[in-house]
Amino acid sequence: MDYINLFVKSIFIENMIFAYFLGMCSYLAVSKTVKTAVGLGFAVIFVLSITVPINYLLDNYLLKPGAMAWLGEEYAALDLSFLSFIMFIAVIASMVQLVEMIVEKFAPALYGALGIFLPLIAVNCAILGGSLFMQQKSFASIGESAVYGFGSGIGWLLAILAIAAIREKIAYSNVPAPLRGLGITFIITGLMAIGFMSFMGIKL
Amino acid sequence: MSQPKSNKKPAIFFVVKEREPLFSKKNRALLKDPLDDNNPITVQVLGICSALAITVQLKPAVVMTLSVIAVMAASNVIVSILRNAIPNRIRIIVQLVVVASMVILVDQVLRAYAYDVSKQLSIFIGLIITNCIVMGRLEAFALGNGVWKSFLDGVGNAAGYGFMLIAVAFFRELLGSGKLYGYQVIPDALYEMGYENNGLMLLSPMALITLGLIIWAQRARNRKLIEKN
Amino acid sequence: MNRDSNGYTFGFAAAMVLVVASVLAFTASSLKDLQAENVRKEKMQNILSTIGIETDREGAEKLFNTYIVEQLALRNDGSVDEAVDAFSDIKLALEIKKDANDQRFPLYVANVDAATYYIIPLRGAGLWNAIWGYIALNEDKNSIKGVVFDHQGETAGLGAEITQQWFMNRFIDEKIFNTSGELVGISVSKTNNDPNDTDKDDHEVDAISGATITGDGVSDMIIERLQHYLPYLKANDLAYNN
Repeated sequence: MDYINLFVKSIFIENMIFAYFLGMCSYLAVSKTVKTAVGLGFAVIFVLSITVPINYLLDNYLLKPGAMAWLGEEYAALDLSFLSFIMFIAVIASMVQLVEMIVEKFAPALYGALGIFLPLIAVNCAILGGSLFMQQKSFASIGESAVYGFGSGIGWLLAILAIAAIREKIAYSNVPAPLRGLGITFIITGLMAIGFMSFMGIKL
Repeated sequence: MSQPKSNKKPAIFFVVKEREPLFSKKNRALLKDPLDDNNPITVQVLGICSALAITVQLKPAVVMTLSVIAVMAASNVIVSILRNAIPNRIRIIVQLVVVASMVILVDQVLRAYAYDVSKQLSIFIGLIITNCIVMGRLEAFALGNGVWKSFLDGVGNAAGYGFMLIAVAFFRELLGSGKLYGYQVIPDALYEMGYENNGLMLLSPMALITLGLIIWAQRARNRKLIEKN
Repeated sequence: MNRDSNGYTFGFAAAMVLVVASVLAFTASSLKDLQAENVRKEKMQNILSTIGIETDREGAEKLFNTYIVEQLALRNDGSVDEAVDAFSDIKLALEIKKDANDQRFPLYVANVDAATYYIIPLRGAGLWNAIWGYIALNEDKNSIKGVVFDHQGETAGLGAEITQQWFMNRFIDEKIFNTSGELVGISVSKTNNDPNDTDKDDHEVDAISGATITGDGVSDMIIERLQHYLPYLKANDLAYNN
């Protein structure tokens, strides 16, 4: 089944963190506890699942060369792809502002714990990357783009969950003081990334 | 704290009888801190994605550093000028639009008048717009501070970022391909004795590990930065 | 005026959209011709460099018109479509998305010092974005005279190395048809055990460490594009068939 294929691929083989190294900043900074990691992970899933399909529509009906043909023949020659970046970012930023307001209202503790990294979801390279990859992959339907967005989000959540769990456990280990916290996290992530390299190039 | 004498809407309250000298201690700290105490990459944890992608060789790292310094200086200034006019609810979008438009404008002009330079930079364009440091400093500093301070903060943070970028690129290029800035540094004699370039250093996971080790060294030297559990 | 009121927010947003849209649109449209000119000259530069003629952008047009004697737009069956201008009308990025029978395949024939070369444009996918290039075949339509590659956003130092001369030089004298006459293209391979590329009959070049996916993209694009030129290549008498 094509959708399942796409779903599994976007979680493991094209994992946003371990294959493309996108979204690292929030991943590293917010993974101190599993609770905040899960909170941010869900926010990322939500934003990705909504922005990728919306940007797909934008790309297909507005931005691609020839996309404007539905308005009239004379518009078919228009190529607005130079606006892709800014339009995708605008969609993403609006979504993030929405998420920020929801989290502030319904989960103020999470809002405080996430700090600056909640608005930073807007520039989280994983989110913009999701839309840009979608544009590149030329999906056949909005359903496929939604599955891709959702799968990428889940992949990101899995990655941040894994590192948060490890970080919680490692707090009890004898890590040298200067390496404690951020330093050892970098090294562990590097090792996990080497592990994920085994997925690279697998064709489903 | 005493009230400022003028009627201007102050962003922060501080003692103001005369203008602060351009390079006062506080202003110099804005330039110096990001190099070590408040380094964007190793302390604020921003700008990691590009630190992994661009540091395979020294040359792109240097080009990226210069570009980011220019972008951050300009965007910090623009947002600082507009800071009292930006409505709170759309501030993220406004910041992003400022950065994105500026970067796109520069790219368009380069593509017309300095095509070769633009080809070098075009790969970085996307990485600059989404660089968390740019957004992060706009949100954390430029929105609430004056123009000159924001300018210094932008330059300082970009320099701190560049410092780390160049440090990682130095090791990756040296160990991964035996060169520095494209010039062969490891002598042929060593290769003949059996030395081989460490291909793993060219891959992104090693950038992460290198950064981890740099953080170790930085915090061992600057014990203030050690995290308390 | 209250900064956070709805009216002000909408007003600010509207004003910002107007300003940004007009500035960007104005810049893009007024610079479009200059940019297109740069791209056009670079295309000429690239095509010339596959046959070993290096030039700066200024001299490119004159040399192009001197050495490129024919510009053909081929159909999938090898026939020439006279109505299409191969250089200006065909945008490869859009063309390859069309059905094979609707596509037109550009072919440039060059004549340098009485030797004939066939230059074919390539386009494919790298790790992050598109990669493209040109491949020049010698008169035997089998061995490679030269290649040139470019990319949109591969990783600096890894995938981006496909633009470096040392990588492109590996393709020179490699053959695209095997001894049975099948089109095999050139494979960018990690296992070819021939780092100095001395074996020119293996249809392989050494890959770039850390740039597997970009390298695979290069291999794929070579064979995928070349196969559409088979009818034309076979029709005009080939020396490989021995």
